Amino acid sequence: MLWDGLQLTLAVGVCALVLAMLMGLIGAWGKLSRNVVARTAANTYTTVIRGVPELLLLLIVYYGTPTLIQDVAEGMGYDIIIDVNPFIAGVMTLGFIYGAFSTEVFRGAILAVPKGQIEAAYAAGMSRIQMVRRILLPQVWRFALPGLGNVWMVLIKATALISVIQLPELMRNAYLGAGNTKLPFTFYFAASLIYLGITIASMLGQQRIEAWARRGVREA
Amino acid sequence: MDAVWKYLPKMLEGAMVTVEITAISVLIGLIFAIPMALLRVSRNPLLWGPAYGFILYFRGTPLLVQIFLIYYGSGQFRVELEALGLWAFFREAWFCAVLSLTLNTTAYTAEILRGSIRSVPHGEVEAARSCGMMGWLLYRRIILPKAFRLALPAYSNEVVFLFQATSLVSIISLMDLTGVARVAAARSFAIYEIYIAAGAIYLIVTYGILYIFKKVEFRLSGHLRERVDNDLPVTTVLR
Repeated sequence: MLWDGLQLTLAVGVCALVLAMLMGLIGAWGKLSRNVVARTAANTYTTVIRGVPELLLLLIVYYGTPTLIQDVAEGMGYDIIIDVNPFIAGVMTLGFIYGAFSTEVFRGAILAVPKGQIEAAYAAGMSRIQMVRRILLPQVWRFALPGLGNVWMVLIKATALISVIQLPELMRNAYLGAGNTKLPFTFYFAASLIYLGITIASMLGQQRIEAWARRGVREA
Repeated sequence: MDAVWKYLPKMLEGAMVTVEITAISVLIGLIFAIPMALLRVSRNPLLWGPAYGFILYFRGTPLLVQIFLIYYGSGQFRVELEALGLWAFFREAWFCAVLSLTLNTTAYTAEILRGSIRSVPHGEVEAARSCGMMGWLLYRRIILPKAFRLALPAYSNEVVFLFQATSLVSIISLMDLTGVARVAAARSFAIYEIYIAAGAIYLIVTYGILYIFKKVEFRLSGHLRERVDNDLPVTTVLR
């Protein structure tokens, strides 16, 4: 039972991480853009998301948006009922929240690429897209890895919150198991050790990926 | 919108509970974190081993699991806890919430302090040693003050994280800001209005906390800034 939960936890975590990285790249582009609208939107996004607890955002997405959409539709004369799938709500919320954190990570990583290299790329006749693809992104990944590793580790722990909207992930299954067997400590402790295992595995994985990404860099 | 105004006083009461739980956990957590960090930087494996395990466990598992482990998990040891006379505490959601938040923030704060103790410039420690400072005196006069100042930016983040994490206590039935908002949303059916209002309160307090920390940081870094002489206008000095 905890095994099924673990699989769902990892599935939510990975999907949310992909969404978060996507949001992060868009957000970082917005923050560094010369366009005022894009910059304001990106700044508002990170400011609001980082100032509001994850649980509350989850409740807003899961319970709030369906009613908001229904109210708006009713105002326009439609009568619809929307049911949000807990999996999708969880992935959307976590992806959205950690998108704000990865925005900061990517912003820092983009700024860490030496300006001279970008100028050199233009001077060599590359177009903007070529410059981003050939010079910027390959290095941004490397600079962003430590930060993204952190985002992943916080995110995977935050998936426990999704148990609140009844998605049968690790935490929810531990809760059900604890209720059925009257052994709450045993179940929650087992669940906590599984989370700890994920964290330790992620730490080791992160070290290896970072070493791999650094393979071409000369070290002092 | 009416629902928001109707429940606003209740939500502000809830916000007070949130701030209270945060303040108590942060204070006790900071007091415990200092010896924990000192144990962690010790060279004796019997000292740093347990501290490392404690920090790894509380940083490596979700806070929600920790809260459930203490609040629901303690029920499994009811007989033993009753024998020790501690059951009265573990029965209370408030006590369990503060206990788990305190342990959690102790671990995170100790890790932050460990990092900043390690990054105190070696030259300063050497200079203190050559002046004859040793052991506790060296820590009290040189290492800890510097480490606190270095830790401040990261610590302000930790306080904000803990403040937001207190919203989890609503799951074990405490009436903090999120708890009040959940009840109000269920009663009034003004779901997104209530939640967004609660989010706005969190947002304001969060940036309030960050503002206070910025002020403190500014005060503590006075000796690192360029001197501004208020009596003499800059232009006269230049002339």
